[in-house]
Amino acid sequence: MATELNRVERQTPPDDEMVSIFVMGKEYRVPDALTIMKAIEYAGYHFIRGCGCRGGACGACATVYRTADNYRIKVGLACQTLIEPGMHVTQIPFYPANKAIYDVSEAEPTVEEVLKHYPEIARCLCCEVCTRACPQDLEVMYYIQAALRGDVKEVSRLSFECIMCGLCVSRCPAELMHYNVAILCRRLYARYGMKRAEHLANRVREIEEGKFDEELDELVRMDEKDLVRAYESRDFEEA
Amino acid sequence: MKTYYYPGCTLPDKARDFDTSARACCELLGLELEEMERWVCCGSAFKLDHKNIMQHLAPIRNLAEVHKEGGRLMTLCVFCYNSLKRANYAFLAEPDKHEVINDFIESDYDGKVPVVHLLEMLKDEVGFEALAEKVKRPLGGLRVAPFYGCLLLRPQEEIGFEDPENPTVMEKLFEALGAEVVSYPHRLECCGSYLSLKDRDHTTSMVTRVLESAVEAGANAIVTSCPMCNFNFEFFGGELVARDTIHTFYFTELLALALGADRKLCGLEQHETDVDRLIDEALAAPATAAAGSETAGSGTSGARASGDQAPDARNG
Ligand code: SF4
Ligand code: SF4
Ligand code: FES
Repeated sequence: MATELNRVERQTPPDDEMVSIFVMGKEYRVPDALTIMKAIEYAGYHFIRGCGCRGGACGACATVYRTADNYRIKVGLACQTLIEPGMHVTQIPFYPANKAIYDVSEAEPTVEEVLKHYPEIARCLCCEVCTRACPQDLEVMYYIQAALRGDVKEVSRLSFECIMCGLCVSRCPAELMHYNVAILCRRLYARYGMKRAEHLANRVREIEEGKFDEELDELVRMDEKDLVRAYESRDFEEA
Repeated sequence: MKTYYYPGCTLPDKARDFDTSARACCELLGLELEEMERWVCCGSAFKLDHKNIMQHLAPIRNLAEVHKEGGRLMTLCVFCYNSLKRANYAFLAEPDKHEVINDFIESDYDGKVPVVHLLEMLKDEVGFEALAEKVKRPLGGLRVAPFYGCLLLRPQEEIGFEDPENPTVMEKLFEALGAEVVSYPHRLECCGSYLSLKDRDHTTSMVTRVLESAVEAGANAIVTSCPMCNFNFEFFGGELVARDTIHTFYFTELLALALGADRKLCGLEQHETDVDRLIDEALAAPATAAAGSETAGSGTSGARASGDQAPDARNG
């Protein structure tokens, strides 16, 4: 136990490699060059929420921060953003947002449909604060504007990389729930606007007709060694 | 000066007819337009409070976008026109707000992007005489009641395009197109506007008053530059619409038709009435005003225009 502790102590960087950051207003000395997420953990916090993939893809670790001598509110994903000396960070794992319940197969890809579930989008002031808040650099204001004219295709295009972190929601003076609007539009577009993929339908039919059952059964019967060999000698499709 | 077209939220969807036909008109008239690459809501109904900067962000953002490219903004929907033009006016009237707005939207807008309506361009840049010469299919047989509504011309000191009490631009336009222009007392009234969302009865009575007055004066078509007026006329027009007594058009639909545009490019799709029949008949009629002819396609339209019921505007 003692040796473990000693090892940790020896790993602590020299003081000139430590910086001060403020987590929810309280100062901590943490090693420079950490991500916000690691710095918060270093400071002793244990994540129950606000952490997921640690790879910038899940949107769980939304964080707002300010850097020293700059009035602007900045935002980022805690797992992707490096700390800066003197920064203030606060995590926002979830910002309240209601989710409309609908059956896409009974919906229509129209502005009326979007407004039925999220009528408040008409309150958008075009302040662009949402766009500035988006860690994915999406043009959030423009996708809300596209939703407002029922252009679900454009909403899909502009919001495709939304990770539903909710930072836009936390900043909007019109109190919109952007990402929920976006996902409604993407669903409508996927259901009514996009062409059905023929190859996918064919493949589903083949699976249902049992075309691959035999191969699968064979895999199930293999022992581990054969399985590894089969995996290593599998066909690669040309890139 | 380059002209950037601002479609607004309604024209790409609910008022596609307006958009399609206006583009066709500009093409045939050689008016060069470029659609703005990016635009946002116009702010919709202009907020009467000049002091609330938040509500000016949307319109000013659009103008700042045009300012960046250098040019002017042309729009068709009168809500957009009114909102953009008045926000511009308010911006110029309150110089102390420039910095606050510009700081916030991160632009250097100076308040100087001209906002024009297509009707202004027809009047001031094309000219009605020149326009008359370009007419390929005169609209004889159409008895047109121009309807101005609330937003195109008011308030005069902020819009300043025509006298809101006695405008003539649409009358002159339709004379140039060979239609008979009908004079009726309700052309400057309100169609009910957004009241239609809340109070259907009241909207119906406002719409009926306008339409009846136009029909009594002999009109078989009422013409607007406003998606809201069109909507209200068609959906609250009751029997007059159900029986095809009067048809509602955007001015650009009939202009495109007269200029010889391909019929598909004239809009004419989002209508509650059988406009195709009316137009077939109208185009078959002689070029000059066809007062008293039986082209309305309805047995119920009571009064007919009498030949000497010419609108005041004709002399003005
Ligand atoms: S659009 Fe909103 S919820 Fe989506 S990634 Fe950007 S800030 Fe997050
Ligand atoms: S923050 Fe809200 S009000 Fe501002 S542009 Fe975005 S959606 Fe509109
Ligand atoms: S933890 Fe998933 S994006 Fe940061």
